[in-house]
Amino acid sequence: MRHLLNPLDLTVEETYDLIKVAEDIRENPDKYCEVAKRKILATCFYEPSTRTRLSFESAMIRLGGQVLGFSEATSSSASKGESVSDTVSVVGCYSDIIAMRHPKEGAALVASMKSAVPIINAGDGGHQHPTQTLTDLLTIHTYKKKLDNLTIGVCGDLKFGRTVHSLITALVRYPGVKFILVSPEELRIPESIREDVLQKNNIPFEEVETLEDVMPKMDILYMTRVQRERFFNEEDYIRLKDRYILDMDKMKYASDDMIVMHPLPRVNEISVEVDSDPRAVYFKQAQNGVYIRMALIMMLLGLKA
Amino acid sequence: MINISGLKDGYVIDHIKAGRCMDIYRALDLDKCTGEVAIIKNAKSGKQGKKDIIKIEGLLDINLDLLGFIDDNITVNVIKDEKIIEKKPLTLPTRISNVAKCKNPRCITCVEQELEQIFFLADIEKKVYRCLYCEEALEKGQ
Repeated sequence: MRHLLNPLDLTVEETYDLIKVAEDIRENPDKYCEVAKRKILATCFYEPSTRTRLSFESAMIRLGGQVLGFSEATSSSASKGESVSDTVSVVGCYSDIIAMRHPKEGAALVASMKSAVPIINAGDGGHQHPTQTLTDLLTIHTYKKKLDNLTIGVCGDLKFGRTVHSLITALVRYPGVKFILVSPEELRIPESIREDVLQKNNIPFEEVETLEDVMPKMDILYMTRVQRERFFNEEDYIRLKDRYILDMDKMKYASDDMIVMHPLPRVNEISVEVDSDPRAVYFKQAQNGVYIRMALIMMLLGLKA
Repeated sequence: MINISGLKDGYVIDHIKAGRCMDIYRALDLDKCTGEVAIIKNAKSGKQGKKDIIKIEGLLDINLDLLGFIDDNITVNVIKDEKIIEKKPLTLPTRISNVAKCKNPRCITCVEQELEQIFFLADIEKKVYRCLYCEEALEKGQ
């Protein structure tokens, strides 16, 4: 039995296979609409996350399966002091696979140690969110037809942005990848990613503070939100939150085939006027999240179309 | 110079960084040892300037993984009939349990305290250990 706790739990080949299945699901949804018939997905969400939970539920329903679960800790036995291990041991009796989100880092690993059914980490605090990374890889593959030899710009909060760290860690496995890291000094990429991931793998990267200058070089621009909850000081948040706002003026610097991605939700780091630009793919990215989760559920349950 | 008698059978844990002998005493549960235990602090050392030494009477089980985790520069000499018969090599263990606590307040071990505290060797050159659950680096002396 396999779990998915970290994007690197999947080899490059397995990731590619998942992407191919997800792309086939997108093209031929009817072929997959009963693949998970009589299977049950439990969504154990100890903290609210509308979009990830709904994306998992949509994925299971589109596979013909059914869904049960809870969407916040107060509506589960956790509020009575039950451990994660005990909860998954019980929920595993009611379901065939569990998608779990928990505010504490490592909670999904703890769940996987006791669970009788596959565990999918749907986010464990600021640690890992592998299905977001898979969603990002599918989106890149959809628009670029490859995952290698790309220049990826990431912009915004690179210090606390979990999705950025996971994406970089996953992409360094592909040859010819380069990064342009755009952030204010205070929100630069952590040393652990710079040294242990980028430098260790001899990945070319540059760190800059101005977006416009480097946009022409990018194949992909991955925007992130500056998250209020990461700051202890409201003044710092206010000072930094609007540092990068992508609007149509800035989009003029981008090549015609650059794509703009964002894990969503956005606040105001991408102006609404950009939404209608064909290079803005962030809503398609959210749609891809359903397809890749469908492919993942199939893989972990050993289901075939 | 203080004279401490030689050992017939036992261990000499040598080249302990000066000031850390009590950490090792506690880590190895030597307070429960019924034989003689000598703790020598600030002994002169050619290499280190000063070092600590622990001499233990009796051939009890020594947790070498734990010693390697604390400091892999330590040497462990096995004494039999007053002679060194073996020098136990210390290496950094790839995984170690319940000898340190993760300090990351966002780690699951902070709320579920019955969980085993497990750390794995993430970088052998930099001697970095990380929490198995949250991957936070363990700080020295933690």
